Amino acid sequence: MKTMGKNKMKIEFNSDSRNESFARTVVAAYVTRLDPTLEELADIKTAVSEAVTNSIIHGYGGRDGQIIVTCEIEGRKITVTVEDHGVGIADIEKAMEPLYTTKPEWERSGMGFAFMEAFMDDLQVSSTLQKGTTIVMKKEIAAK
Amino acid sequence: MVEQKERLHYEVQGQCLIVYVTEDLDHHLAKELRERSDRLIQSGGIRHIIFDFEGVRFMDSSGIGLLMGRYKKVLFIGGKAAVTHVGREIDRIFKMSGLYQIIERYETPQEAVAQL
Repeated sequence: MKTMGKNKMKIEFNSDSRNESFARTVVAAYVTRLDPTLEELADIKTAVSEAVTNSIIHGYGGRDGQIIVTCEIEGRKITVTVEDHGVGIADIEKAMEPLYTTKPEWERSGMGFAFMEAFMDDLQVSSTLQKGTTIVMKKEIAAK
Repeated sequence: MVEQKERLHYEVQGQCLIVYVTEDLDHHLAKELRERSDRLIQSGGIRHIIFDFEGVRFMDSSGIGLLMGRYKKVLFIGGKAAVTHVGREIDRIFKMSGLYQIIERYETPQEAVAQL
């Protein structure tokens, strides 16, 4: 049966680095119904991987916490939300500058947000210190 | 020749350390690769590092961090870094990040070993 309007899924998992591949694979599987190209799928997987990795590394700093990923499909538009209840981002503008990282000792390249921006059509970041961060990314899958 | 499709492995040929990635390169795998390859570099005799991406279809910015980190390590001992068997998906990430400005690309690890 085909549902009309919005279609939504939600997963919640621990801030364990093994869950990075789990999260991007689940989102990729969910959006295959739109018949994306391999490139579009790679874009989405990379963006999800970046956001989830940020939550694990920066949001929770290696400590245990929960990460919630939701994905919504409306027509050919997908909206992916990655939410954590970690430390939050003090300066979002600075955090989004390419090559800027607060964790050079962890060999972070500082390209995470740049990749999310490049691979998705729209990126919104909201964050409150000591409360957490929510990333909302949108992308339209081209009709074939 | 090298054993096929085994989870991550490492090989030393002359002064070159070859790291066969074989899986999605994300933050999780980058941690493991970093520790192992740095231990091998520290044990001495290695100058250059080659990352082989045969069969790898996914990499995110954690991979860039890993490669830049190893590049700096071998640069310090007068070596170079190279990547081989770079597929379309990985090539896109390398181009976007400007990685080819510091790391050379070859077709195969054997070619890289001969050139470095």
